[in-house]
Amino acid sequence: MSGIDLDRYGVWVAIAAMAAVTFLIRAGGFWLMEHVPLTPRLRRMLEVLPGAVVVATVLPIVVRGGLASGIAIAGAVLVMALRRNDLLAVFCGLAIVAALRAVL
Amino acid sequence: MVEPSAPSGAPIWSRQGWRQGFKLGMPVLAGMSLFGVAVGTTSARIGLDFVDVLLMNVFVYAGIAQMVAMEIWPQSMTWGAIAALTLVVAVVNSRLLLMSASLQPWFAPLPGWQVYPLLYYLTDPGWLISMRYRGEGGRDLGVHGATTVLFLLVWLVAVIGGYFLGSLIANPQRYGLDLAMPVFFAVMLVPLWRGPRRGVAWVIAGAVALAVQHFVPGWWFIVAGSIAGAIAGGFLEPDGTAAKKPS
Repeated sequence: MSGIDLDRYGVWVAIAAMAAVTFLIRAGGFWLMEHVPLTPRLRRMLEVLPGAVVVATVLPIVVRGGLASGIAIAGAVLVMALRRNDLLAVFCGLAIVAALRAVL
Repeated sequence: MVEPSAPSGAPIWSRQGWRQGFKLGMPVLAGMSLFGVAVGTTSARIGLDFVDVLLMNVFVYAGIAQMVAMEIWPQSMTWGAIAALTLVVAVVNSRLLLMSASLQPWFAPLPGWQVYPLLYYLTDPGWLISMRYRGEGGRDLGVHGATTVLFLLVWLVAVIGGYFLGSLIANPQRYGLDLAMPVFFAVMLVPLWRGPRRGVAWVIAGAVALAVQHFVPGWWFIVAGSIAGAIAGGFLEPDGTAAKKPS
């Protein structure tokens, strides 16, 4: 370990370590599931996962972002529910937050 | 959801799938570009060489984790600093383990030379688009391939642009672009909705995420909320059969 000159190659070593751990994680879930039987319960858990990730990611951002981002997200979801067009919904959400921030 | 073992669920690659994937990826590009520019600008600010930036974004390719790592980037690299950077990146990326696991039933019949490159370049929005598509009965891997390639290319262009020109872009908040990714994520909830059972699990995911965010520093709230929601979803019975059929 001490044979590597960190003053010269330290950044590359750091990037290599970050890349390795990230790939182990990205491949790891797939690899684990090959060795775990897919029971109905486990399948239901994986089916719920996308929505759970979305809510767990977005809700804290909305709470931290305040009223404007909350209204914008609610508006975008409403447009999506009515029109089923993700591009339009994202555009409306951004227009709402831009307008609210200009006013507030 | 298509039964993974059923022949109708066997994965295929088709040109239409690629086209559909490029189309499904479009709403993400605004938010992703802005984030890429921010990562490129930050890389320049902390003094990374252009080659380092290319290496990091081609081989690590995990924007949030890179942002957090660059927050704690040391002046001169030590083994302790490398260990700390690796740990931080592992924590922020741990959510990808769950995403990778959920793709396994779909990817399982593929040869390794297709599976591992697709997983190497797995992103949150790409996974979300694929899970929505898969949840609606789709099996065409072109959709996943298209978003994977599209996002990688757009990301690299945005990061390089941000590295050289980032300081020219003034105040993206004014146009709401900082919210582009959260808005896209939230919009995806609509096609993922499958009735109140899933809704209850989502509420639990949100409540746990908020609580963890309040009490635990860092990014654990995403993983904690996701796992709590998935467990809740697994233990709630399917709609209409509650407490009648044991699973």
